[in-house]
Amino acid sequence: MKRWKQSELVPVQVELNGVQRRGLCEPRVLLSDFLRDTLGATGTHVGCETGECGACTIRVDGVAQRSCLTLAVQADGRCIETVEGLAQADGSLCELQHALRERFALQCGFCIPGILMTCAEMLKRRPLPEDEQIPGLLAGHLCRCTGYTDLLAAVRHTVAEVRRREAAHPASAPSVGVHDA
Amino acid sequence: MRDFNFHRPASVAEAVGLLRKHSGGKFLAGGQSLLPVLKLDMADPSDLISLSGIAELRGIRVEGNTLIIGAGMRHAEVAQSPEVQRTIPGLARLADHIGDAQVRNRGTLGGSLAHADPAADYPAAIVALNGTVQTDRRTIAADDFFTGLFETALRPDEVITAVRFPVPTRCAYAKFGSHASKYALVGVMVAKTADGVRVAVTGAGPYAFRAAALETALGQSFSVAAIEALGENLGVRADDLNNTAEASGAYRKHLIAVLAKRAVAACL
Repeated sequence: MKRWKQSELVPVQVELNGVQRRGLCEPRVLLSDFLRDTLGATGTHVGCETGECGACTIRVDGVAQRSCLTLAVQADGRCIETVEGLAQADGSLCELQHALRERFALQCGFCIPGILMTCAEMLKRRPLPEDEQIPGLLAGHLCRCTGYTDLLAAVRHTVAEVRRREAAHPASAPSVGVHDA
Repeated sequence: MRDFNFHRPASVAEAVGLLRKHSGGKFLAGGQSLLPVLKLDMADPSDLISLSGIAELRGIRVEGNTLIIGAGMRHAEVAQSPEVQRTIPGLARLADHIGDAQVRNRGTLGGSLAHADPAADYPAAIVALNGTVQTDRRTIAADDFFTGLFETALRPDEVITAVRFPVPTRCAYAKFGSHASKYALVGVMVAKTADGVRVAVTGAGPYAFRAAALETALGQSFSVAAIEALGENLGVRADDLNNTAEASGAYRKHLIAVLAKRAVAACL
Protein backbone atom coordinates (compact mmCIF):
# COMPACT_ATOMS: atom_id res chain seq x y z
CA MET A 1 0.00 0.00 0.00
CA LYS A 2 1.18 3.46 -0.82
CA ARG A 3 2.61 5.39 2.12
CA TRP A 4 1.36 8.96 1.92
CA LYS A 5 3.93 11.68 2.62
CA GLN A 6 2.81 14.46 4.92
CA SER A 7 3.08 16.90 2.01
CA GLU A 8 0.70 14.75 -0.09
CA LEU A 9 -2.12 14.63 2.45
CA VAL A 10 -5.27 16.47 1.48
CA PRO A 11 -6.30 19.51 3.54
CA VAL A 12 -9.92 19.38 4.69
CA GLN A 13 -11.61 22.39 6.26
CA VAL A 14 -15.04 22.19 7.85
CA GLU A 15 -17.22 24.31 10.09
CA LEU A 16 -17.79 21.94 13.02
CA ASN A 17 -20.63 23.04 15.30
CA GLY A 18 -19.96 26.67 14.38
CA VAL A 19 -16.16 26.55 14.67
CA GLN A 20 -13.80 26.46 11.68
CA ARG A 21 -11.58 23.38 11.93
CA ARG A 22 -9.04 21.95 9.52
CA GLY A 23 -6.92 18.86 9.25
CA LEU A 24 -4.93 16.75 6.81
CA CYS A 25 -5.98 13.28 5.73
CA GLU A 26 -5.58 10.59 3.10
CA PRO A 27 -8.38 10.54 0.51
CA ARG A 28 -9.64 7.19 1.81
CA VAL A 29 -10.33 8.50 5.34
CA LEU A 30 -14.01 8.39 6.28
CA LEU A 31 -15.61 11.55 7.61
CA SER A 32 -16.46 9.66 10.83
CA ASP A 33 -12.77 8.85 11.42
CA PHE A 34 -11.71 12.38 10.46
CA LEU A 35 -14.09 13.86 13.03
CA ARG A 36 -13.00 11.50 15.77
CA ASP A 37 -9.31 10.92 15.13
CA THR A 38 -8.17 14.13 13.44
CA LEU A 39 -10.48 16.72 15.01
CA GLY A 40 -11.01 14.89 18.33
CA ALA A 41 -14.82 15.18 18.15
CA THR A 42 -15.61 11.76 19.60
CA GLY A 43 -19.31 12.37 20.22
CA THR A 44 -20.02 10.80 16.82
CA HIS A 45 -19.91 7.04 17.28
CA VAL A 46 -18.70 4.45 14.80
CA GLY A 47 -20.58 1.17 14.82
CA CYS A 48 -20.68 -0.98 11.69
CA GLU A 49 -18.76 1.36 9.33
CA THR A 50 -20.69 -0.09 6.40
CA GLY A 51 -23.84 2.01 6.45
CA GLU A 52 -26.20 -0.14 8.45
CA CYS A 53 -26.30 0.90 12.10
CA GLY A 54 -26.70 4.69 11.78
CA ALA A 55 -24.69 5.47 14.92
CA CYS A 56 -22.38 7.82 12.98
CA THR A 57 -25.20 10.00 11.59
CA ILE A 58 -24.36 13.71 11.54
CA ARG A 59 -25.73 16.72 9.69
CA VAL A 60 -23.84 18.12 6.71
CA ASP A 61 -25.20 21.48 5.55
CA GLY A 62 -28.24 20.70 7.69
CA VAL A 63 -28.94 17.29 6.13
CA ALA A 64 -28.68 14.04 8.15
CA GLN A 65 -26.27 11.53 6.66
CA ARG A 66 -23.97 8.73 7.74
CA SER A 67 -20.44 10.00 8.29
CA CYS A 68 -19.12 6.47 7.62
CA LEU A 69 -20.59 6.64 4.09
CA THR A 70 -18.97 9.98 3.36
CA LEU A 71 -15.30 10.60 2.69
CA ALA A 72 -13.66 13.38 4.68
CA VAL A 73 -12.46 14.95 1.40
CA GLN A 74 -16.11 15.20 0.29
CA ALA A 75 -16.91 17.31 3.34
CA ASP A 76 -14.30 19.97 2.57
CA GLY A 77 -15.90 23.40 2.90
CA ARG A 78 -19.10 22.06 4.44
CA CYS A 79 -20.94 22.93 7.63
CA ILE A 80 -21.07 19.94 9.98
CA GLU A 81 -23.22 19.49 13.06
CA THR A 82 -22.64 16.64 15.48
CA VAL A 83 -24.20 15.63 18.77
CA GLU A 84 -21.76 17.94 20.54
CA GLY A 85 -23.59 20.87 18.97
CA LEU A 86 -27.08 20.01 20.25
CA ALA A 87 -26.80 21.18 23.87
CA GLN A 88 -26.69 24.87 24.75
CA ALA A 89 -23.34 26.53 25.42
CA ASP A 90 -24.00 26.27 29.17
CA GLY A 91 -24.40 22.50 28.84
CA SER A 92 -28.19 22.40 29.22
CA LEU A 93 -29.75 19.74 27.02
CA CYS A 94 -31.87 20.50 23.97
CA GLU A 95 -35.55 19.61 24.15
CA LEU A 96 -35.10 16.28 22.35
CA GLN A 97 -32.15 15.23 24.51
CA HIS A 98 -34.14 16.18 27.59
CA ALA A 99 -37.10 14.08 26.44
CA LEU A 100 -34.86 11.04 25.92
CA ARG A 101 -33.49 11.40 29.41
CA GLU A 102 -36.92 11.91 30.99
CA ARG A 103 -38.37 8.87 29.21
CA PHE A 104 -35.42 6.54 29.96
CA ALA A 105 -35.00 6.21 26.20
CA LEU A 106 -31.35 5.23 26.34
CA GLN A 107 -29.49 2.48 28.05
CA CYS A 108 -25.90 1.99 26.84
CA GLY A 109 -26.30 5.12 24.69
CA PHE A 110 -24.02 4.04 21.88
CA CYS A 111 -26.60 4.60 19.12
CA ILE A 112 -27.98 7.82 20.57
CA PRO A 113 -25.71 10.44 18.92
CA GLY A 114 -26.86 9.25 15.50
CA ILE A 115 -30.50 8.93 16.48
CA LEU A 116 -30.49 12.46 17.89
CA MET A 117 -29.06 13.89 14.67
CA THR A 118 -31.62 12.16 12.43
CA CYS A 119 -34.55 13.12 14.66
CA ALA A 120 -33.24 16.67 15.08
CA GLU A 121 -33.14 17.16 11.31
CA MET A 122 -36.59 15.69 10.74
CA LEU A 123 -38.22 17.65 13.54
CA LYS A 124 -36.57 20.83 12.37
CA ARG A 125 -37.84 20.31 8.84
CA ARG A 126 -41.24 19.17 10.02
CA PRO A 127 -41.92 20.03 13.69
CA LEU A 128 -45.35 18.37 13.68
CA PRO A 129 -45.05 15.05 11.82
CA GLU A 130 -48.02 12.73 11.53
CA ASP A 131 -47.86 10.08 14.24
CA GLU A 132 -47.40 7.26 11.72
CA GLN A 133 -44.33 9.03 10.31
CA ILE A 134 -42.47 8.94 13.63
CA PRO A 135 -41.35 5.26 13.55
CA GLY A 136 -39.87 5.93 10.10
CA LEU A 137 -37.44 8.36 11.72
CA LEU A 138 -35.68 5.41 13.31
CA ALA A 139 -35.61 3.23 10.16
CA GLY A 140 -31.92 3.93 9.61
CA HIS A 141 -30.81 3.19 13.17
CA LEU A 142 -30.06 0.06 15.13
CA CYS A 143 -30.47 0.09 18.91
CA ARG A 144 -29.74 -3.14 20.76
CA CYS A 145 -30.96 -2.00 24.21
CA THR A 146 -34.20 -0.09 24.18
CA GLY A 147 -36.43 -2.01 21.80
CA TYR A 148 -37.17 1.46 20.36
CA THR A 149 -40.37 1.83 22.42
CA ASP A 150 -39.04 4.48 24.77
CA LEU A 151 -37.16 6.22 21.97
CA LEU A 152 -40.42 6.60 20.04
CA ALA A 153 -42.18 7.73 23.20
CA ALA A 154 -39.56 10.45 23.70
CA VAL A 155 -39.95 11.73 20.13
CA ARG A 156 -43.75 11.64 20.47
CA HIS A 157 -43.47 13.53 23.75
CA THR A 158 -41.36 16.21 22.06
CA VAL A 159 -43.87 16.54 19.23
CA ALA A 160 -46.74 16.73 21.74
CA GLU A 161 -44.93 19.53 23.58
CA VAL A 162 -44.55 21.50 20.35
CA ARG A 163 -48.25 20.96 19.62
CA ARG A 164 -49.17 22.12 23.12
CA ARG A 165 -47.07 25.27 22.76
CA GLU A 166 -48.58 26.00 19.39
CA ALA A 167 -52.09 25.66 20.82
CA ALA A 168 -51.18 28.08 23.61
CA HIS A 169 -49.48 30.58 21.28
CA PRO A 170 -50.84 29.96 17.79
CA ALA A 171 -49.16 33.08 16.39
CA SER A 172 -45.64 31.66 16.61
CA ALA A 173 -44.41 29.10 14.10
CA PRO A 174 -44.10 25.63 15.63
CA SER A 175 -40.52 24.70 16.37
CA VAL A 176 -38.65 22.10 18.32
CA GLY A 177 -36.03 23.14 20.81
CA VAL A 178 -33.15 22.11 18.57
CA HIS A 179 -31.17 25.26 18.07
CA ASP A 180 -28.82 25.90 15.19
CA ALA A 181 -25.25 25.07 16.06
CA MET B 1 -10.41 0.64 3.05
CA ARG B 2 -7.66 0.45 0.45
CA ASP B 3 -5.91 3.46 -0.96
CA PHE B 4 -7.14 5.59 -3.84
CA ASN B 5 -6.74 9.05 -5.28
CA PHE B 6 -9.73 11.40 -5.17
CA HIS B 7 -10.84 13.74 -7.93
CA ARG B 8 -13.58 16.32 -7.96
CA PRO B 9 -14.27 17.31 -11.60
CA ALA B 10 -16.54 20.25 -12.39
CA SER B 11 -18.04 18.86 -15.60
CA VAL B 12 -19.09 15.52 -17.11
CA ALA B 13 -16.47 15.91 -19.85
CA GLU B 14 -13.76 16.39 -17.24
CA ALA B 15 -15.01 13.35 -15.28
CA VAL B 16 -14.94 11.14 -18.38
CA GLY B 17 -11.44 12.41 -19.23
CA LEU B 18 -10.23 11.58 -15.72
CA LEU B 19 -11.61 8.04 -15.92
CA ARG B 20 -9.95 7.47 -19.30
CA LYS B 21 -6.66 8.70 -17.82
CA HIS B 22 -7.04 6.50 -14.72
CA SER B 23 -8.47 3.31 -16.18
CA GLY B 24 -8.54 1.61 -12.77
CA GLY B 25 -10.82 4.32 -11.43
CA LYS B 26 -14.52 4.45 -10.67
CA PHE B 27 -17.13 7.18 -10.60
CA LEU B 28 -18.48 8.07 -7.16
CA ALA B 29 -22.03 9.46 -6.95
CA GLY B 30 -23.79 9.50 -3.55
CA GLY B 31 -21.53 6.73 -2.28
CA GLN B 32 -24.25 4.85 -0.39
CA SER B 33 -23.43 1.61 -2.23
CA LEU B 34 -19.87 2.16 -3.46
CA LEU B 35 -18.37 3.15 -0.09
CA PRO B 36 -19.71 0.00 1.66
CA VAL B 37 -18.36 -2.03 -1.28
CA LEU B 38 -14.92 -0.48 -0.70
CA LYS B 39 -15.17 -0.96 3.06
CA LEU B 40 -15.96 -4.64 2.52
CA ASP B 41 -12.96 -4.90 0.16
CA MET B 42 -15.10 -6.04 -2.76
CA ALA B 43 -13.55 -3.46 -5.13
CA ASP B 44 -10.17 -1.81 -5.35
CA PRO B 45 -10.32 1.27 -7.59
CA SER B 46 -7.12 3.26 -8.09
CA ASP B 47 -9.06 6.52 -8.27
CA LEU B 48 -12.47 7.79 -7.22
CA ILE B 49 -13.92 10.45 -9.49
CA SER B 50 -16.66 12.30 -7.64
CA LEU B 51 -19.72 13.35 -9.64
CA SER B 52 -21.21 15.34 -6.75
CA GLY B 53 -20.02 18.79 -7.78
CA ILE B 54 -21.23 18.63 -11.39
CA ALA B 55 -24.03 21.12 -12.00
CA GLU B 56 -25.15 19.54 -15.30
CA LEU B 57 -26.26 16.39 -13.42
CA ARG B 58 -28.71 18.37 -11.31
CA GLY B 59 -32.28 19.49 -11.87
CA ILE B 60 -35.80 18.21 -12.48
CA ARG B 61 -37.96 19.49 -15.32
CA VAL B 62 -41.03 18.59 -17.34
CA GLU B 63 -40.97 18.74 -21.15
CA GLY B 64 -44.37 18.05 -22.66
CA ASN B 65 -45.35 14.60 -21.46
CA THR B 66 -41.87 13.68 -20.17
CA LEU B 67 -40.39 14.10 -16.72
CA ILE B 68 -36.61 14.56 -16.84
CA ILE B 69 -34.61 13.99 -13.67
CA GLY B 70 -30.90 14.78 -13.47
CA ALA B 71 -28.78 11.77 -12.55
CA GLY B 72 -27.30 13.60 -9.58
CA MET B 73 -30.66 14.22 -7.89
CA ARG B 74 -30.84 12.63 -4.48
CA HIS B 75 -33.73 10.35 -3.50
CA ALA B 76 -35.08 12.85 -0.95
CA GLU B 77 -35.02 15.60 -3.60
CA VAL B 78 -36.98 13.43 -6.04
CA ALA B 79 -39.47 12.49 -3.31
CA GLN B 80 -40.05 16.14 -2.37
CA SER B 81 -40.01 17.60 -5.88
CA PRO B 82 -43.30 19.37 -6.78
CA GLU B 83 -42.70 18.45 -10.46
CA VAL B 84 -42.39 14.74 -9.65
CA GLN B 85 -45.32 14.80 -7.23
CA ARG B 86 -47.49 16.53 -9.84
CA THR B 87 -46.58 14.45 -12.89
CA ILE B 88 -45.69 10.97 -11.53
CA PRO B 89 -46.75 10.80 -7.86
CA GLY B 90 -46.05 7.04 -7.81
CA LEU B 91 -42.38 7.79 -8.54
CA ALA B 92 -42.21 10.37 -5.73
CA ARG B 93 -43.64 7.80 -3.31
CA LEU B 94 -41.17 5.16 -4.49
CA ALA B 95 -38.27 7.56 -3.88
CA ASP B 96 -39.67 8.41 -0.44
CA HIS B 97 -39.38 4.75 0.61
CA ILE B 98 -35.86 3.96 -0.64
CA GLY B 99 -33.60 2.76 2.18
CA ASP B 100 -33.79 5.11 5.15
CA ALA B 101 -33.66 8.88 5.69
CA GLN B 102 -29.87 9.09 5.64
CA VAL B 103 -29.61 7.04 2.43
CA ARG B 104 -32.29 9.19 0.77
CA ASN B 105 -30.34 12.31 1.72
CA ARG B 106 -27.19 11.10 -0.09
CA GLY B 107 -28.04 8.45 -2.69
CA THR B 108 -28.71 9.54 -6.28
CA LEU B 109 -30.90 8.32 -9.15
CA GLY B 110 -27.94 7.85 -11.49
CA GLY B 111 -25.85 6.11 -8.85
CA SER B 112 -28.62 3.64 -8.06
CA LEU B 113 -29.16 2.77 -11.73
CA ALA B 114 -25.44 2.45 -12.53
CA HIS B 115 -24.85 0.26 -9.47
CA ALA B 116 -27.78 -1.97 -10.57
CA ASP B 117 -28.36 -3.68 -7.26
CA PRO B 118 -30.88 -6.47 -7.95
CA ALA B 119 -33.01 -5.29 -4.99
CA ALA B 120 -32.92 -1.53 -5.64
CA ASP B 121 -36.23 0.31 -6.13
CA TYR B 122 -35.48 2.69 -9.02
CA PRO B 123 -34.88 -0.11 -11.59
CA ALA B 124 -38.55 -1.14 -11.24
CA ALA B 125 -39.61 2.45 -11.94
CA ILE B 126 -37.50 3.02 -15.03
CA VAL B 127 -38.51 -0.36 -16.54
CA ALA B 128 -42.24 -0.01 -15.74
CA LEU B 129 -42.39 3.60 -16.90
CA ASN B 130 -40.44 2.76 -20.09
CA GLY B 131 -37.85 5.38 -19.20
CA THR B 132 -34.73 6.27 -21.09
CA VAL B 133 -31.23 6.58 -19.65
CA GLN B 134 -29.42 9.59 -21.05
CA THR B 135 -25.64 9.30 -20.85
CA ASP B 136 -22.83 11.61 -21.90
CA ARG B 137 -22.85 10.00 -25.37
CA ARG B 138 -26.16 8.21 -26.12
CA THR B 139 -29.59 7.20 -24.88
CA ILE B 140 -30.37 3.68 -23.64
CA ALA B 141 -33.91 2.31 -23.39
CA ALA B 142 -34.82 0.89 -19.99
CA ASP B 143 -35.47 -2.54 -21.52
CA ASP B 144 -31.85 -2.63 -22.76
CA PHE B 145 -30.18 -1.06 -19.71
CA PHE B 146 -29.91 -3.88 -17.16
CA THR B 147 -27.89 -6.80 -18.49
CA GLY B 148 -27.08 -8.93 -15.43
CA LEU B 149 -26.46 -9.01 -11.71
CA PHE B 150 -24.93 -5.58 -10.94
CA GLU B 151 -24.35 -5.22 -14.69
CA THR B 152 -25.64 -2.62 -17.11
CA ALA B 153 -25.14 -1.56 -20.71
CA LEU B 154 -22.94 1.33 -19.50
CA ARG B 155 -19.31 1.36 -20.59
CA PRO B 156 -16.74 1.84 -17.81
CA ASP B 157 -16.16 5.51 -18.75
CA GLU B 158 -19.81 6.34 -19.43
CA VAL B 159 -21.74 8.71 -17.15
CA ILE B 160 -25.52 8.78 -16.75
CA THR B 161 -26.57 12.42 -17.06
CA ALA B 162 -30.36 12.20 -16.74
CA VAL B 163 -33.33 9.86 -16.90
CA ARG B 164 -36.41 10.60 -19.01
CA PHE B 165 -39.70 9.21 -17.71
CA PRO B 166 -42.77 9.33 -20.00
CA VAL B 167 -45.68 10.42 -17.77
CA PRO B 168 -48.12 7.49 -17.40
CA THR B 169 -51.87 7.68 -16.88
CA ARG B 170 -51.44 6.03 -13.48
CA CYS B 171 -48.67 4.16 -11.74
CA ALA B 172 -47.91 2.74 -8.33
CA TYR B 173 -45.11 0.82 -6.66
CA ALA B 174 -45.55 -1.74 -3.91
CA LYS B 175 -42.66 -3.41 -2.16
CA PHE B 176 -42.00 -5.86 0.58
CA GLY B 177 -38.74 -4.69 2.06
CA SER B 178 -36.14 -6.49 4.09
CA HIS B 179 -36.62 -5.34 7.66
CA ALA B 180 -32.86 -4.95 8.13
CA SER B 181 -31.77 -3.22 4.94
CA LYS B 182 -35.05 -1.84 3.53
CA TYR B 183 -34.01 -3.31 0.17
CA ALA B 184 -36.88 -4.92 -1.72
CA LEU B 185 -37.26 -8.65 -1.24
CA VAL B 186 -39.68 -8.00 -4.06
CA GLY B 187 -40.95 -4.72 -5.48
CA VAL B 188 -43.54 -4.35 -8.25
CA MET B 189 -44.22 -1.21 -10.25
CA VAL B 190 -47.38 -1.14 -12.35
CA ALA B 191 -47.81 1.62 -14.94
CA LYS B 192 -50.90 2.25 -17.03
CA THR B 193 -50.17 4.27 -20.15
CA ALA B 194 -51.91 5.17 -23.40
CA ASP B 195 -49.86 2.39 -25.03
CA GLY B 196 -50.82 -0.31 -22.56
CA VAL B 197 -49.81 -1.66 -19.18
CA ARG B 198 -46.21 -2.28 -18.09
CA VAL B 199 -45.29 -4.27 -14.99
CA ALA B 200 -41.72 -4.37 -13.66
CA VAL B 201 -40.42 -6.56 -10.86
CA THR B 202 -37.32 -5.83 -8.81
CA GLY B 203 -35.69 -7.85 -6.03
CA ALA B 204 -36.87 -11.20 -7.39
CA GLY B 205 -34.28 -11.82 -10.11
CA PRO B 206 -30.73 -10.78 -11.03
CA TYR B 207 -32.12 -7.48 -12.31
CA ALA B 208 -35.48 -5.78 -12.79
CA PHE B 209 -37.60 -7.56 -15.36
CA ARG B 210 -40.99 -7.15 -17.00
CA ALA B 211 -43.76 -9.60 -16.12
CA ALA B 212 -45.36 -10.28 -19.49
CA ALA B 213 -48.21 -12.45 -18.19
CA LEU B 214 -49.26 -9.75 -15.74
CA GLU B 215 -49.03 -7.08 -18.44
CA THR B 216 -51.28 -9.08 -20.76
CA ALA B 217 -53.83 -9.80 -18.03
CA LEU B 218 -53.90 -6.21 -16.83
CA GLY B 219 -54.08 -4.94 -20.41
CA GLN B 220 -57.34 -6.85 -20.86
CA SER B 221 -58.74 -5.87 -17.47
CA PHE B 222 -56.92 -3.43 -15.22
CA SER B 223 -58.12 -4.95 -11.97
CA VAL B 224 -57.03 -6.93 -8.92
CA ALA B 225 -59.33 -9.73 -10.12
CA ALA B 226 -57.30 -10.06 -13.33
CA ILE B 227 -54.22 -10.95 -11.28
CA GLU B 228 -56.18 -13.30 -9.03
CA ALA B 229 -57.49 -15.09 -12.12
CA LEU B 230 -53.90 -15.90 -13.16
CA GLY B 231 -53.37 -18.01 -10.05
CA GLU B 232 -49.90 -19.53 -10.24
CA ASN B 233 -49.53 -18.69 -13.94
CA LEU B 234 -47.49 -15.53 -13.52
CA GLY B 235 -45.08 -16.44 -16.32
CA VAL B 236 -42.18 -16.78 -13.86
CA ARG B 237 -40.69 -19.94 -12.39
CA ALA B 238 -39.83 -19.98 -8.69
CA ASP B 239 -36.63 -21.85 -9.53
CA ASP B 240 -35.45 -18.90 -11.64
CA LEU B 241 -35.94 -16.35 -8.84
CA ASN B 242 -33.46 -15.31 -6.15
CA ASN B 243 -33.27 -17.88 -3.40
CA THR B 244 -31.65 -16.56 -0.22
CA ALA B 245 -31.85 -17.08 3.52
CA GLU B 246 -34.30 -14.16 3.68
CA ALA B 247 -36.71 -15.40 1.04
CA SER B 248 -37.00 -18.48 -1.19
CA GLY B 249 -37.84 -18.32 -4.87
CA ALA B 250 -41.32 -19.70 -4.17
CA TYR B 251 -41.95 -16.99 -1.57
CA ARG B 252 -40.73 -14.28 -3.91
CA LYS B 253 -43.07 -15.59 -6.62
CA HIS B 254 -45.93 -15.39 -4.14
CA LEU B 255 -44.91 -11.82 -3.30
CA ILE B 256 -44.94 -10.80 -6.98
CA ALA B 257 -48.68 -11.55 -7.18
CA VAL B 258 -49.45 -9.96 -3.80
CA LEU B 259 -47.51 -6.78 -4.55
CA ALA B 260 -48.84 -6.51 -8.11
CA LYS B 261 -52.36 -6.57 -6.65
CA ARG B 262 -51.44 -3.88 -4.12
CA ALA B 263 -49.92 -1.72 -6.84
CA VAL B 264 -52.99 -2.11 -9.08
CA ALA B 265 -55.28 -1.32 -6.13
CA ALA B 266 -53.24 1.82 -5.45
CA CYS B 267 -53.66 2.87 -9.10
CA LEU B 268 -57.45 2.49 -9.05
